Amino acid sequence: MKRLFPILSVITAVLLAYALYQALVVAPTDAQQGEVYRIIYYHVPSAWTAFLLFFINFIASIQYIASRKPSTQTAAKWIVLAIGVVGVIACFLPAVQKLIPAGMRPSAVATTVLAIPAFYFLVGKLFPGQRLDVLAVTTAEVGVVFCTIVLVTGPIWARPVWGIWWAPGDIRLTSTLVLWLIYVSYLVLRRFSNSAQTQMLAAALAVFGALDVPLVYFSIWFFRTQHPQPVIGGGGSMDPRMLHVLVINWMAFLCFAFLVCWSRFRLELMHREIEEAHAMESLVGSGVTSKASLPLSRSSR
Amino acid sequence: MNAVKFLFAAYIATWVIHGVYLASLVRRFGRLRQQLKELGKGK
Repeated sequence: MKRLFPILSVITAVLLAYALYQALVVAPTDAQQGEVYRIIYYHVPSAWTAFLLFFINFIASIQYIASRKPSTQTAAKWIVLAIGVVGVIACFLPAVQKLIPAGMRPSAVATTVLAIPAFYFLVGKLFPGQRLDVLAVTTAEVGVVFCTIVLVTGPIWARPVWGIWWAPGDIRLTSTLVLWLIYVSYLVLRRFSNSAQTQMLAAALAVFGALDVPLVYFSIWFFRTQHPQPVIGGGGSMDPRMLHVLVINWMAFLCFAFLVCWSRFRLELMHREIEEAHAMESLVGSGVTSKASLPLSRSSR
Repeated sequence: MNAVKFLFAAYIATWVIHGVYLASLVRRFGRLRQQLKELGKGK
């Protein structure tokens, strides 16, 4: 594992450099916006990465809440399975298909619905117990970084194209800002609250925060906004060469996000081990427990 | 300010944000390593 991180770092650096070259040199110039449209290659992949991280945070938070009681855990498993099965069947019913935005394929929606149980069981398997909470805080923090990039690059792009930095009242922009604020509150809660209930409260906040993600994503389909309509997946037509570069950039950002999450995850584990060791030290100091009853020391882990 | 400057501003802003975050991670790792050392000395 120690060798894997540097190898992945080099691969990611090469991929990011290649993606940058593709974005600035290879991708064709937009007929209407000119060169400035190339901001899309950082703005959109950052948004997708943030959404994915918030989605993982949502799944980890649900798992964490459910893991408190075995009965809740079993119920949650069945509910998630039911969401997957019913959701996939519903996508192919004519009545539901009418609600799907024009240009969006029902099979794509069904795949997205299937991702919920798939991620749920995968996250539960890979991150047992307290590691779920570590994953939740990791993805929330890295997600906020990517969401910050979206909120910074958006206005920089808007200024030359719309003539304004920000469109007050625009639902896509406002809901993205609200999403960012929710997750910043989540991090502030985790940083400054010392209550024993902090992890549970944060998990509950994350579940409500995640409800804003679909609103952000689908707002441009269902509402009239200053933000452009979708260029892919919703009836929009993007030049295949531009789409190719966009996907390369997203892959590069995903690899980068994975590495950053990996580092942040290790940092959180290390932090908790130190906190635990300090707590044990103070317990020993106050004579509450004997050394024989202490858990394994850090050096023996 | 022409449009290309906005393009570079967006790209630079992205990497500045990532850079600041990575620097904060490195700083936090350093602080935790120091605490680990101190814990080791205490024992």
